[in-house]
Amino acid sequence: MMCSIQITKGLLDKYGPDRVLDTPITEAGFTGIAVGAAYQGLRPVVEFMTFNFSMQAIDHIINSAAKSNYMSAGQISVPIVFRGPNGAAAGVGAQHSQCYAAWYAHVPGLKVLAPYSAEDARGLLKSAIRDPDPVVFLENELLYGESFPISAEVLDSSFSLPIGKAKIEREGKDITITAYSKMVGYALQAAEILSKEGISAEVINLRSIRPLDRAAINASVRKTNRLVTLEEGFPQHGVGSEICMSVVEESFEYLDAPVERIAGADVPMPYAANLERMAVPQVDDIVRAAKRACYRAAPMAATA
Amino acid sequence: MAAASFTAAKFLAPVAARSGGDRAPLHASSSLWPRTKPAPRLRTRKALAVSDVLSGNKAAPAAAAHPSATRDEALELYEDMVLGRFFEDMCAQMYYRGKMFGFVHLYNGQEAVSTGFIKLLNQADCVVSTYRDHVHALSKGVPPRSVMAELFGKATGCCRGQGGSMHMFSAPHNLLGGFAFIGEGIPVATGAAFAAKYRHEVLKESGPDGLDVTLAFFGDGTCNNGQFFECLNMAQLWKLPIVFVVENNLWAIGMSHVRATSDPEIWKKGPAFGMPGVHVDGMDVLKVREVAKEAIERARRGEGPTLVECETYRFRGHSLADPDELRKPDEKSHYAARDPIAALKKYIIEQNLATESELKSIEKKIDDVVEEAVEFADASPLPPRSQLLENVFSDPKGFGIGSDGKYRCEDPLFTQGTAQV
Repeated sequence: MMCSIQITKGLLDKYGPDRVLDTPITEAGFTGIAVGAAYQGLRPVVEFMTFNFSMQAIDHIINSAAKSNYMSAGQISVPIVFRGPNGAAAGVGAQHSQCYAAWYAHVPGLKVLAPYSAEDARGLLKSAIRDPDPVVFLENELLYGESFPISAEVLDSSFSLPIGKAKIEREGKDITITAYSKMVGYALQAAEILSKEGISAEVINLRSIRPLDRAAINASVRKTNRLVTLEEGFPQHGVGSEICMSVVEESFEYLDAPVERIAGADVPMPYAANLERMAVPQVDDIVRAAKRACYRAAPMAATA
Repeated sequence: MAAASFTAAKFLAPVAARSGGDRAPLHASSSLWPRTKPAPRLRTRKALAVSDVLSGNKAAPAAAAHPSATRDEALELYEDMVLGRFFEDMCAQMYYRGKMFGFVHLYNGQEAVSTGFIKLLNQADCVVSTYRDHVHALSKGVPPRSVMAELFGKATGCCRGQGGSMHMFSAPHNLLGGFAFIGEGIPVATGAAFAAKYRHEVLKESGPDGLDVTLAFFGDGTCNNGQFFECLNMAQLWKLPIVFVVENNLWAIGMSHVRATSDPEIWKKGPAFGMPGVHVDGMDVLKVREVAKEAIERARRGEGPTLVECETYRFRGHSLADPDELRKPDEKSHYAARDPIAALKKYIIEQNLATESELKSIEKKIDDVVEEAVEFADASPLPPRSQLLENVFSDPKGFGIGSDGKYRCEDPLFTQGTAQV
């Protein structure tokens, strides 16, 4: 319900002021209002300027939205979508750069989605809006500017992607790299570099953080026997920890190496450009971790 | 430049001068403020309610003639208040016998507010409450046996035992909870009002009476909370059909209203946002009902929200775990003498609307209803183990149906996708 980086550009003209509301900058209030409207059968889509501001409204996301179907024993479902940019942008400092995937994915009653490509964004958002439960839709500000090729099927007005299913972006046989959002692009770049060194990496675009597509992740690890989890957020208690545990629980005997976890640095995001670069995973971090998991810390080819 | 000596008194002096005029700062006893002379009548008061301030200010309009009721109305109100009182008393008994557990917050003393407001509503109107929600549920029509079974944590409760005392939901009665955090229900209520207006004006689903109205009940402590103000603003901005009902019982858990609030006259916060603010004696059900009628009708006509401050009192502690040691005995007896049920009984008898024995038979009937509710709850089963994992989601599979009507996630080729990087 707030104007942000022109994602909602044109919507006001198309759907009118009854359906596209400009609100005061009062997150707790307008989020709670959206939840109350959802209780009564409307389907609100709440926009946070960034997910950092969702912390002002997190009580309503969790206590009024996520838990209501359970507390009311199925009487009150909450068909609401909370969307907005999540994670680090560029030079915006500590209070504007946090990734909330792990926070929201921790809560039963929420569905948490993180699109990467244009196809993901379109299909997942449509599913999120039609889903009868609260969905947290974590976009990425830097991905807004990237272009992706799409097929005609994607442009179809009823195109939707299932919630809870990951996508194999690149098939491989030596190592599995799981990622979501912007990191999928980095993983694909790393996979390209690794392929020149004879390491074939399988890149999984998680798409859905909760529910996590444990079947796809485990099937991939059983094939490759090595795992690198990749995320932009803080490492402790992050998405990678959950993925690692899922693999330990279901596919322990298939692992040939310890699981490698790549995450952002365990510090609030610094402002200086060089420090910010160090605080977020880069492509060579992914390449190095993949090589460690393959027990090939030294480069095989003359070119690194 | 030599700095002038900076003392606390000098810093605070301008503020003291400003407020020393008409009215002394009401928290003059706090050590944070300089000692200014309070107005004499306030200094002798121990229990300080907003009505004391109003009568001191002579700012309140002269009390209108006492509102009246017909026999049927009066008996309906009496029965509802007695149900609320007897039910809560039974809750206390059951709690001390171990049948009820956790946090239980009782409504004794405040019945006039629930009855006065909710008995004016239709089925389609919504009520949003706090953790002190048993009596709001009963007034809205949730059967006493469902509420009691919910409190016992049984599968026959209105939420099948999933919610408990603080989370009463009933979709058929449009009771939208039951919230533990203070202020949490206010935005939800504002949203329900938004949906009512949206359905009426945009979807053109008109009800015969006008807009469906939402009532938000909350306490004095909540009136200092940020989301209260956010919602006063948005409700008035969009002219939503809502009534904000403040149950000012002077105590927010253990925090006294006058010690916590810069300006204790809560009704004034309405006009600050452009809506009417009304103060009413919340121990008199007929006065509450009269104010409620006006506020609900305003909302139904589409004229927007009203803030109603009901001065009331809870006879018991904040919860059954509260030893209630902070409140002074003379404050408690001052309000016990204004028991809303006794007051209505007196009115009914003095106006010859019913006899003493008729009222006694209503009480006996309610006694039986509450006993039956306990028996029902006792005899009901605990939830089955399978219920633990139910109802986390309305649709556990998640939306993802393709144009052929099948679930996409069942299609083995689907995760291939088309994007290339």
